[in-house]
Amino acid sequence: MNKMEKALHELGEMDDLAARSSPIHDMSATAKLLTTIAYIVTVVSFDKYDLSGLIPLVLWPVLLFQLGGIPVRTCFYKLRIVLPLVMAVGLFNPIFDRAPLLFLGSVAVSGGVVSMLTLMLKGVLCLMASFLLMATTPIDCLCASLRTLRVPKTLVTLLLLTYRYVGVMTEELAIMTDAYHLRAPGQKGIHVSAWGSFLGQLLLRSMDRAQELYASMLLRGYHEHFHYAPVKPFTAKDAAYLAVCLGVFALLRFVPVAALLGGALVR
Amino acid sequence: MIEFENVSFSYEKDRPVLRDVSFRIETGEAVGLIGANGAGKSTVMKLLLGLLSGEGRIAVDGVEVRKENLREIRRKLGFVLQNSDNQMFMPTVCEDMMFGPLNYMVSREQAEKKVDEVLAQLGLTELKYRHNHRISGGEKRMAAIATILAMEPEAVLMDEPSSALDPCNRRLVINVIRSLPQTKLITSHDLDMIWDTCSRVILLSGGRVAADGPAREILRDRELLEKHRMELPLRFQS
Repeated sequence: MNKMEKALHELGEMDDLAARSSPIHDMSATAKLLTTIAYIVTVVSFDKYDLSGLIPLVLWPVLLFQLGGIPVRTCFYKLRIVLPLVMAVGLFNPIFDRAPLLFLGSVAVSGGVVSMLTLMLKGVLCLMASFLLMATTPIDCLCASLRTLRVPKTLVTLLLLTYRYVGVMTEELAIMTDAYHLRAPGQKGIHVSAWGSFLGQLLLRSMDRAQELYASMLLRGYHEHFHYAPVKPFTAKDAAYLAVCLGVFALLRFVPVAALLGGALVR
Repeated sequence: MIEFENVSFSYEKDRPVLRDVSFRIETGEAVGLIGANGAGKSTVMKLLLGLLSGEGRIAVDGVEVRKENLREIRRKLGFVLQNSDNQMFMPTVCEDMMFGPLNYMVSREQAEKKVDEVLAQLGLTELKYRHNHRISGGEKRMAAIATILAMEPEAVLMDEPSSALDPCNRRLVINVIRSLPQTKLITSHDLDMIWDTCSRVILLSGGRVAADGPAREILRDRELLEKHRMELPLRFQS
């Protein structure tokens, strides 16, 4: 299995994860979507030095991993390419912001280090929340839910078809990579001289396949309106989940729970 | 049911793909469209489905293939693509089968009922909730046929339905095609399959109809087939 086939397999695994059944999977997609958006907004809204305020928010993804039966290892494995990029965002902060912000015993910790850690944690939490949403909700249900929230249908169809075409492009890339390596034994990766034609061919082949897929949709009556999977009804249970989550997020955002708990323990 | 009258088409000026093609297919007929590579078989299919437009008259049940009639025409014609991967784009077989009916405003309940009926007819009930990326090539081909049958078309068009199938799956597909009561137009290089499924054959060569007649005559005519870069079906080659 080459790298592309692995990527394709992983894409299929996400669909399999989303198709499982658990208390989280069985919940309405709208409730999960709104909760995830609220969580991300809450995480992002913290001040760059408020590392302690963010820490209690780690509990939410931990809870979802448990209830949804999603292995944490799978999450970090699938996010292995994006995570380093997110982690790199704040790397320069310690250089530019050297003023001491707090002391751990006699060790002064600069504002740059704290803001770097805060940024990293924010990035990881937002990625985990997005991963959990995708791992517990099939893409069709997610799109159906976006439509119920009145997101324009063009945008939603674009999202759905992009998700589908990623698979198509990856498949084509897998075939081309295999064909290349069979005629370039012992070579690591694709030689820079072939990048141009490789990308051009990939684009042409993907467009051909995309056109055939689109023709297949047209021939089955597609007319700018996608019929998404039926939306699970928004039950009282979903409303309660949403209300509790929003309440807890608001509490964690406006009340310094970690500082209060820490203060109580010190006393 | 399907009429082609003096149809011509070219992708580039001075290089016609079809020249003055005329034929008529009656309701219930099973017709094999054969010819060497580049003979124009796929172009005939695309013109019929309104994916391309050329000169001349093409009609389905008296309705001319024109932009304003495409929805009606495509409701009547079900097209099974050569590459089933390009036909199946929804996550599961069930959702893929419901895609067509839902677009034609059939209710979700009725569409699902139709899905169950078709899957039972083809003996594929266990595929219903399977993910498209998890089924084998043979199963995918059968599922692709099922997606078309769920739309209850009046005619079924198939592009190389037996390509890339193992002998067992090929036989399965042939049996399914034979059992379909609809009008059938099948393009293929697998002349044994055409022999098994079609009563009439249209031979295209250089964009023209080179022969049109009973399959039993055309598929046994070595001279005619070889003249147009074809060979006798394997069963007659001993």
